Amino acid sequence: MQYILLAYTPETLWSDHSHEEKEKKLYAAYGPFVEALQKAGVVKGMNRLRLTKDATMVRVSEGKQQVLDGPYADSKEQLGGYFLIDVPDLDAALSWAARCPAAEHGAVEVRPIWEMQR
Amino acid sequence: MNAEGGEEARGTADLVARRSYGKLVAFLVTRTRDFAAAEDALAEAFALAMKDWPRNGCPANPEAWLLTVARRKAIDDFRGRRRDEIAAEQLAQISEGLEAAATAAEIPDQRLALMFACAHPAIDAGIRAPLMLQAVLGLDAKTIASAFLASPAGMSKRLVRAKEKIREAGIPLRIPERQELAGRLGAVLDAIYAAFSEGWTDPVGADAIRRDLTEEALFLARLVSELLPGDPEALGMLALMLYAHARRHARRQAQGEYVPLAEQDPAAWDAAMLAEAEALLARAGTMRSIGRYQLEAALQSAHVFRCRTGCANWPEVLQLYDALFALTGSPVVATNRALAIAELEGPEAGLRAMPEIAADPRLAEYQPYWAARAELLARAGVHDEARRAYELAIGLERDPAVRRFLERRQASLPA
Repeated sequence: MQYILLAYTPETLWSDHSHEEKEKKLYAAYGPFVEALQKAGVVKGMNRLRLTKDATMVRVSEGKQQVLDGPYADSKEQLGGYFLIDVPDLDAALSWAARCPAAEHGAVEVRPIWEMQR
Repeated sequence: MNAEGGEEARGTADLVARRSYGKLVAFLVTRTRDFAAAEDALAEAFALAMKDWPRNGCPANPEAWLLTVARRKAIDDFRGRRRDEIAAEQLAQISEGLEAAATAAEIPDQRLALMFACAHPAIDAGIRAPLMLQAVLGLDAKTIASAFLASPAGMSKRLVRAKEKIREAGIPLRIPERQELAGRLGAVLDAIYAAFSEGWTDPVGADAIRRDLTEEALFLARLVSELLPGDPEALGMLALMLYAHARRHARRQAQGEYVPLAEQDPAAWDAAMLAEAEALLARAGTMRSIGRYQLEAALQSAHVFRCRTGCANWPEVLQLYDALFALTGSPVVATNRALAIAELEGPEAGLRAMPEIAADPRLAEYQPYWAARAELLARAGVHDEARRAYELAIGLERDPAVRRFLERRQASLPA
């Protein structure tokens, strides 16, 4: 089954430049995780996302296009990256999620991919 | 069809339903991964049996008969719903798995795997016990709703949602690996114990559904302890339930009035059941891994010993409560621990040991907390406060007999 691990973290972790050292350390933690994912041959895709300050929202209502600056939700933790994995079941997906550094300083949402009928 | 054959067929179907329902569901679900489809297929197989068996006689192996019918139905359903390529592949796998086992002499017992799926951490904790009762024992949503004081429509919706989640989120239908087993088994045991407690809140057994629930929970507890005979907490929980169940008749006078433990007649207890509980607890003890259920069972054992012999064993009781509190940090345990302290050091010491409501606001709605407080206040001679605490306990109690008992205690306070 395919799952996507959505990494939600407080953006202050990355944007606060007074903590450059800390940032380096945090990002470095993803190195071994990614390597382990690749070694296990379970990863189908992954990406880190730019901060929500660089995000733009688009909405079409009553035929009119609306473009808005910034993130949709004003919550403390924001989607900061994702890993698409293929594993046998939820337990396997959960154990990868638990290894993801984001689980420690934020939270990881595990969502099954909606299998499309062809 | 003659009436006698019909009766016999119905009897056999009932018996198979009770003994094999969970086994058949577990078998179908572990192969098709679809809960609702497995239940539908099985329901149809049972319906067909009710028509066929009275006419043609009961089959030699009713379980296999039901499985064959349910299997065919499950495969037909799958074929009807999905016609794509992936589905064709899955269907081949499913039917292969179903064929292979159907030819085996005995249907493999996968009920434990099913229970682990029902009590998976990804399933809402509040629905785990109802889900298990439905999956393993085939209880319908209405019966379960009534036992858990919930609306039938709401319960039915939550059960459907949980089963969908098992399928769509890919919750595994297997027994967890050794390193995970202990943590995950706790959730299975908690769900079974929750079902038992729900049944237990109807102490007279006046309500047939609730009384049945204690029996069903005991059935599940026995099943787990048989399938995992090396797990001390599974044995401890079964022992704990048996200690309670053995005293069920002594909790009421002939007129239905509530009798507290200290005033019960030990001769009215089920001695054979208590002996079984003692043996289970002793066996669990040899495995040298203590846990919540073993400690609670050990407390029951200590209470039984004291009531039977008249030997005050409060120091041992307090020790057990200390260990249990260290393990759980539960304010409910703290409440009972305070009562034991009062036996040893007097009611004032007991009152000082009572947990603070600020620590857990749920205590404010917990009847035994107020009853314990009232009792200690009364013994300490603080009668006005005791009266108020009894008032709250009475207001919170849902069993009329216990309410009357508390009212009598309150009325016996000096004005």
